[in-house]
Amino acid sequence: MRALFFRDLALALRAGGGFGLGLAFFLIVVVLVPFSVGPQSALLTQIAPGVLWLGALLACLLSLDRLLAVDWEDGALDLLATSPLPLEGIVAVKAAAHWVTTGLPLVLAAPVLGVLLNLAPSGYGVLVLSLALGTPALSMIGAFGAALTVGIKRGGLLLSLLVLPLYVPTLIFGAEAARRAAEGLDSGTPLLLLAGITLAVLAAMPFAAGAVLRVNLR
Amino acid sequence: MELTVTDLAVGRGGVPVLAGVTFVLGPGRALVLRGPNGSGKTTLLRTVAGLQLPMAGTVAGADDRIAYAAHADGLKAALTVAENLRFWASVFGQSDIAPALAAFDLEDLVDRPAGRLSAGQKRRLGLARLMVTGRDVWVLDEPTVSLDAASVALFAEAVKGHLARGGSALMATHIDLGIEAETLDVSGFRAAAAEMDAADEAFL
Repeated sequence: MRALFFRDLALALRAGGGFGLGLAFFLIVVVLVPFSVGPQSALLTQIAPGVLWLGALLACLLSLDRLLAVDWEDGALDLLATSPLPLEGIVAVKAAAHWVTTGLPLVLAAPVLGVLLNLAPSGYGVLVLSLALGTPALSMIGAFGAALTVGIKRGGLLLSLLVLPLYVPTLIFGAEAARRAAEGLDSGTPLLLLAGITLAVLAAMPFAAGAVLRVNLR
Repeated sequence: MELTVTDLAVGRGGVPVLAGVTFVLGPGRALVLRGPNGSGKTTLLRTVAGLQLPMAGTVAGADDRIAYAAHADGLKAALTVAENLRFWASVFGQSDIAPALAAFDLEDLVDRPAGRLSAGQKRRLGLARLMVTGRDVWVLDEPTVSLDAASVALFAEAVKGHLARGGSALMATHIDLGIEAETLDVSGFRAAAAEMDAADEAFL
């Protein structure tokens, strides 16, 4: 398990691994929004939490189709399936590695990019907290979607369509928490719900993904 | 412990390919599958390896004993030869990769990224992976593809060594490796076409 985690990290960080793809996309979205909205800093402040959350979610989505497809194409997934590691564990570990290489950089970059969107000062802490709570769920749901579409050539589109509705609750509560904090309101309830969704996803999704993968490998 | 396959029927995409396959593979023995392209050798090997369910019959004595090598080697181009091998070793709970490197003459290539190996060198690395699994039943699908004569000899030596240690090997290959092995021609087990027609009727 640990070997698989570190291998995935090493693969992501080396040339051609796609590390930074999500981060660059996040940066592009957030940099371009002020240009498209125009010079209205009050409006920017108002939409900043939502835009940051949406950018992070789409950036996460961008790298999902490589999550299992690469291992499928070069045959490593078949070999992993015949190894002592359970498929549930393989999917969970790969989702964890995806979060470390994609979700975590987004969490860390969000406060810096918040400045570009004129985010209210009271919103920074909760924005980072909500992203840190929500992005693990995005990676795990994404791994489930990747397991569903593994073996399909150019499965990225199907993967996005399958995963997007599952992302909605996380987006709603994450963005709501960040918005309430930015407006100086109490954000405890959406944060708790967000954490609850993430915990439920982390508990149940590896089993669903493992079962789906087992069927898809046949 | 023996690998016992009894009255096995396997299919590809729900279509029966082979039926009634029966054999026993004991320790120190090798079994070579033969048959024309598309006759179901790969499907049979995948079923024995547990990657797909049999349509009928049983595979006994295969749990946690199979090391499977398919057409694709599962190598990561960005990792070096040693890193690739060490990864598989730790997945299977082993740590020593030196014997595998020596057996397949990969010692001079340890620090080269797998993406910059030739096809034959990749194949050798893929086969070296078998030795770091510590599993005693090797299930090999066309292991000698893209190997030159010298590498085939290396591979044959590795298989002999594995058999001498009490392991066993089940492989689909067309090359005579000079190993004492039984042969099973799968074309004799072709599934009756009638079953296919019956399966279709349910959807008509």
